[in-house]
Amino acid sequence: MTADEAKAQLDERVREMMSWHFSDETGCPFWLDWKKGAGWDPREEVKTYEDIVKFPHFQDEWLRDEKNERFVPNAYKGRPFNVFETGGTTGLPKQRVGWDDYKHDYEQFSHGLSDEFFPKGGNWIMVGPTGPRRLRLAVEHLANFRGGSCYHVDCDPRWVKKVIARKAYEEAERYQAHVMEQAVEIIKHRDIKCIFTTPRLLASIGERISISSHGIKGCFCGGTSMTPEYVRFLQEEVLEDKAQFVPTYGNTLMGLAVSVPEELKANNYSVTYYAPQPRAVLRIVDAEKTEITKGYGEYGRVELTTLTHEFFMPRFLERDEAIRREPHAKYPWDGVGDVRPFGALTGKVIEGVY
Amino acid sequence: MSAPHIPILRQGRIHKSLDVQTVPKLGTDQAAAEISFACADMIKYDLHKMGSARAALKKFSCQELVEITKKAGEIFLNDALPVGTEGAMQSPEDYVLSLASTSGLPHALIRMNMKRLGGIFADIDTIFRGLTRGLDWAVLDKGYGEQGGAPVSFSATTNELAVILPSNSPAVNALWIPAIAMKVPVLLKPGREEPWTPWRIIQAFIKAGAPAEAFSLYPTQHDGSGTIIRRAGRVMLFGDDSTVKQYENDERIEVHGTGYSKILIGEDEIDHWEKYLDTIVESVSANSGRSCICTSTIVVPRHGDAIATAVAKRLAEIKPLAQDDPNAKLSGFANPMFAEWINDAVEKGIKSGGAVDVTAQFREGERFHQRDGMNYLQPTLIRVNSFDQELAIREFLFPFASVVECPQAEMLDKIGYSLVVTAVTKDIEWINRLFDCPHIDRLNIGNVPTNRIKWDQPHEGNLFEFLYSRRSFQIAEIA
Repeated sequence: MTADEAKAQLDERVREMMSWHFSDETGCPFWLDWKKGAGWDPREEVKTYEDIVKFPHFQDEWLRDEKNERFVPNAYKGRPFNVFETGGTTGLPKQRVGWDDYKHDYEQFSHGLSDEFFPKGGNWIMVGPTGPRRLRLAVEHLANFRGGSCYHVDCDPRWVKKVIARKAYEEAERYQAHVMEQAVEIIKHRDIKCIFTTPRLLASIGERISISSHGIKGCFCGGTSMTPEYVRFLQEEVLEDKAQFVPTYGNTLMGLAVSVPEELKANNYSVTYYAPQPRAVLRIVDAEKTEITKGYGEYGRVELTTLTHEFFMPRFLERDEAIRREPHAKYPWDGVGDVRPFGALTGKVIEGVY
Repeated sequence: MSAPHIPILRQGRIHKSLDVQTVPKLGTDQAAAEISFACADMIKYDLHKMGSARAALKKFSCQELVEITKKAGEIFLNDALPVGTEGAMQSPEDYVLSLASTSGLPHALIRMNMKRLGGIFADIDTIFRGLTRGLDWAVLDKGYGEQGGAPVSFSATTNELAVILPSNSPAVNALWIPAIAMKVPVLLKPGREEPWTPWRIIQAFIKAGAPAEAFSLYPTQHDGSGTIIRRAGRVMLFGDDSTVKQYENDERIEVHGTGYSKILIGEDEIDHWEKYLDTIVESVSANSGRSCICTSTIVVPRHGDAIATAVAKRLAEIKPLAQDDPNAKLSGFANPMFAEWINDAVEKGIKSGGAVDVTAQFREGERFHQRDGMNYLQPTLIRVNSFDQELAIREFLFPFASVVECPQAEMLDKIGYSLVVTAVTKDIEWINRLFDCPHIDRLNIGNVPTNRIKWDQPHEGNLFEFLYSRRSFQIAEIA
C-alpha cells in the first residue's frame, strides 16, 4: 500500500464512520444527541480525515459521567457488552464498552508478529494488569488466535500508584517481588514461548532468571514510555539479544500502535509507533493550538481518533507527547516516536510504576 | 578541547548511553561536557554483579593497594589523564578549567581542594591505621589475625560502597578514596555539574595499577539514585536534616548532613578574642563556606558586638572576583536559583527580628551579586540576640555565620548537634564537659579552625566500621 492509498482508505473510513455513528439506525444515543445539540450533521461536513478537526476534543470524563448504555450503537442494541476500564486510582473509573474490537485489533497485530520469535502454537504468559482491563482478554485472544494458551499473573497498578504516591518505595518493591515470584514460577515450570508484560516488570523478571534461557523467544511489551537507552537495555541485556522485543503503544481507547522491532537497533533504539489505521489515527498536534499538526521531527501532543463501528472517539488528547515521524513502507502513514508523558520536562508525573 | 563525553563506567567498562545530557559552561550556551545517563534498572542489574568487582580488588594485598593509592595521588595531581570516550587527555590545569566552568568554583579553590585530595591519597597508610585503630593490614588479606594480643577477624559488610556525590565541593571525594585500600569497590553517582573529580580520581587509580573493575560511575536521574540508595550494600549520601532523619535507622546508609559546626570561646579566653580572629574567619570562609565543617555559629560569653564587627569587617574583604583571579575565594552558584533562595531565607530571618547583618556596613553592594554571568552571595555575618533567633543555628552554601552571646555554663545545652566544635579554652573542667557532650562529633580544643580536619579519625562515622564488621571466630588445631 502506498501513502496515497492509505490516505484514501482512511478518508473512506471516515465517511463510513460518520454515516454509521450519526444515523439513527446504527448510531449510539450519545452521538445522536450530540448531533442534535451541535446544529450540524457530520455526515454532510466530515468527508475526509482533515475534517475531523470540526469536532471538539473528546473528553474522557464522558466515559465516567455518562451511562455506558449511551455509548451502545443502535446496531448493537440488545447484545451484551464488555466493560473495559481505563486509568483511575480513586472513585468511579472511566469505562469503555466493546464487543469484538479487541479481537480485530489483536488479530491485526498478530499478522505483523514474527513466527520465528512468536511461534504459532506457543504458549504465552501475561504479567501485568488484568482485572477489568481490555488487555487481559486481548492478550489471551492473541495467544489463542496464534494457537497457544495464555497464563496470567495479575498486577494492580492503581494500588502501586497509591503506594508510590505516599513514598512507600519498599512496599512497592515488596509488591513487585510478590508479582515476580508468581511469574517466575510459571515461566520456570510451564512451556512458555511468548510473554506480554510492561517494561519495568520485564526488567524485574530478568533480574531473577534468564528469560531467553527459559524458552521465551518473543516479548510483546506495552504500558509505559521508554527512552531509547531503556529499550536498548531491555533488548540487549534483559533479553540478552536472544528474544525479540516488540514495543507497542496503546490503551483501552485506541487498540494497539505497533513498532518495527527488526529496525530498532538500526534506529538507535528510538521507537516509532504506527496506529492501527484506519481503525485509529494518531496525530501530533501543537499543544496550544491543537488544530495544527506539527511538522515531521517535531515534538507535540498526541491526539487520538478512534474510528470503529463499536466506538467513535474524535480528537482525544492523550497524556503523552511524541515526535511526528514519517510514514514507513510497512505502515504508510504518520508514526509517533519517542513517546513520553506530556509535560515530562516541566512537571512531575507518576508514570511507569509497574 | 571540545566537550568530552563522560560515559557510564560499569565495573570499569565504558558504556556510552543513548540518553545523553549536556552540561553547559556556566553563563554560556556552550557545552562543557556531554554525560551518559544510566537507567535505574541497569544499575539494579549491575549491583547483582558487584561480587566480581570485589574479587578483582581482593587479588591485591592491602599493602599493594595502599601503595597504589599513594601513586594514584601523585598521578591525580600531576599527570595528564584520559577524559571522556574519544581519547582526549586532561592535564591538571584542564581539570581545573573544566571543573570551574561547570561548578562556579574559583580556580584557586579548586587547586586548594586538589591539594586536600592529594593529602588523602598520600596519607592513606596513616588514615588506614587511624580508622582501624592500628590493625595489621594483613588481617584483611588473610581474614583473621591479632590486634593488641586479641584474636580478630573482619568481614566486609558489602561488595560496594555507593556514594551519591553532590556538585558543590570536589573535596567530598575524600570520603570514598580510602575504600579502595580497604578492598571495597566503589559505585559513584556524580553530581550533575561535577563529573570531573570522581572521573579523574578513577583514572588516576587505574593508571596507578588498581583494577578497573573496582570503579563504577553512574550519572543518573532521580530514580537511579533511588535505586542505588535502596539496593546498594553501603551508601553514603549528602542531604539536609530531613534526609538524615529519613535514614537514621538504616545501617546501610550514612548521611552526611548539615554540619552546624561552631566555635565556642570560653570565659577564660574571651577577653583575648582578637587572638582568635584569624581562626574564626578561616573557619567561616574556607572553601567558600561550602563545607559542613565550616563554622556557622560563633558562641561567646560576652563581647558579641565587637567580635561580630571584627569578623564582619574581615569577611567583607572576600569579594566575588574573576574565577581565574588567584585571590578569588568566593564561589558562584552552578544553579543560579540557589543564590536567590538562600538570600531570601537570610532576609526572611533578618526581618523576623533580633538579627542584624553586620557585614552590610562593610561590603560593597548587596549580598546577592552577579558577575560574569554567575550569581554570588557575599559573606554574611549576623549578630543575633539569642539562640532562639532563626538565623542563630543555620547553615548555608556560602560564608555565613551568626554570633550569639551565651554564658559558658549554658553553651553545651544550647548548641545542639555540631559536626565540629572548636572550643577555645584552657578550663579543664569545661574541657571535660565538652568531651562528655554527646552532640559534638569532632572536637578541637584550642586555636584550631573547624575546617582543618584529620582524616585518620572518624568523620561522620568510621569508614572502616561502615565497610567491615568484626566477626567472632575460633580455629581448632589440626593434628
